[in-house]
Amino acid sequence: MTSPLIDVHAHFDHDRCGRSGWAEANARRLAVGERIGITMHIASILGSWGHTSPTYFPSPDDVTYGNAAMRALQREHPGRIRGYVAVNPNFTRHAVAEIERGLAEGMVGIKLGASRRATDPLLDPIAQLAAERGAPILQHAWQHRRREVPGQEISDALDLAALAARHPGAKFILAHIGGGGDWAHSLRALVGVPNIWVDLSGSGVDRGMLGLCVECVGVRRLVWGTDLTMDTGLAKLRHLSAMGCSEEDIEQVRWKNAVEVFGRGVVGDES
Amino acid sequence: MGDRMTLTDHNALIGAYPFRRLPEPTPERLLAEMGRLGITSAWVGHLPSAFYRDAASGNDELLAALEPHRGRLLPVPAVHPAFPGWQREVARAVEASAPAVRTYPSHYGFDPAGRAMAALCAACAEAGLEVVLTVRFEDARQRHALDAAPDLIGAAVRAAVRSDPRVRLLVTAADRAFVEEVHFGSTPEEAARIRWDISWIWGPPEDHLAQLFRTVGRERFVLGTHFPLRLPEAALTKLELAQ
Repeated sequence: MTSPLIDVHAHFDHDRCGRSGWAEANARRLAVGERIGITMHIASILGSWGHTSPTYFPSPDDVTYGNAAMRALQREHPGRIRGYVAVNPNFTRHAVAEIERGLAEGMVGIKLGASRRATDPLLDPIAQLAAERGAPILQHAWQHRRREVPGQEISDALDLAALAARHPGAKFILAHIGGGGDWAHSLRALVGVPNIWVDLSGSGVDRGMLGLCVECVGVRRLVWGTDLTMDTGLAKLRHLSAMGCSEEDIEQVRWKNAVEVFGRGVVGDES
Repeated sequence: MGDRMTLTDHNALIGAYPFRRLPEPTPERLLAEMGRLGITSAWVGHLPSAFYRDAASGNDELLAALEPHRGRLLPVPAVHPAFPGWQREVARAVEASAPAVRTYPSHYGFDPAGRAMAALCAACAEAGLEVVLTVRFEDARQRHALDAAPDLIGAAVRAAVRSDPRVRLLVTAADRAFVEEVHFGSTPEEAARIRWDISWIWGPPEDHLAQLFRTVGRERFVLGTHFPLRLPEAALTKLELAQ
């Protein structure tokens, strides 16, 4: 039997995303996941994905609907899907209430998009709650923020490291090291930051990136994921073997590090 | 796309890149990766030639580096058609049995829709060489401050394919939107003279590659890894997972 494979950065759609083929897209992720061998999709839905409020600045109503849809998927596939609670920290009381509700109903982490920079004190109550409840935070990031960009109040690894330093008891995941931007900047910034893990997702498959991940962060702080492109996730997983990583190291990246971050509940059906 | 026994990588390069370290960008490492992944042969360009003012000197380096490996690695020299002596580089490409030449309008600083490009297209058409255009080397979001060459735009490809009725183009590192813009912005006859590599097209679950196979036609696409900038297995996994 192959070992578990946990995708810590997945997304699903729902009926109010403005995408006519949303159900097919969800089914396709699960079907491709079967082919790849994914045993658990840890996923989020960011509001309405821009349909009725901006993806990265979602309205409270859209946040609530998206999280409810995420919980429905979790109930439908209890051994295969777990959800992040997506929140907009600008609506702090709403965000805290969503997190409380989501975790009570079996969601396993918190997704922070780009509604408020990670350095901002508004994120403190969320990080504090995450630490208290043992729920990791997946922070959407650009690798090296060099300017403001439209549509996002974007954070990078230095911003997340500042939040992580203020909350040493919380666990953070820097999103999609392959998701665009200067990954070397992020990886150099995360040397010696023990409570930030790096997810390998994203469409970027630059040669040299995985080697620098291992050098700067180490295999114990790498978690596997896909985001919008599952093919690139598979390529990076396969390349770890080509790089000469040991079987044990690859097991860490496939699932053991994710269990350290999220707990045993995310191992899935194949455990 | 060919079967795994005859896979050809149409978008490989050797040589250093000015803006980040590439692990072993050598013919030997390329051959090792091809062996590991079952790729039979490769069309190989010379990455530094995109940044040299005089592409001819880069071609000297390319041809020398590939000389011991000519059975599997086919040279794709670079041509700067607004630089003196460019016609000699086209002739050298023919002499070296190259299948194509590469050119980089954004990096060399000539108008991709202008007379120099048209002259290169005509010369290559006459010589039976395909012209390889590169949309990008890296994601725009990670560029070095000195890396100011803009991505190629669809208008450049449309102008090139219209410049000579015989010219054949291979466009590398284009994404789905780029392919669709050019394909449906061309006549069927023009579109039939353009091939695309798959190195920058998304796989599932968005399935851009599968979508393009259906709408543009599977026969218009070739394997391209974008080695040594990208992991070569990425092109194969998206092909493997294409619905």
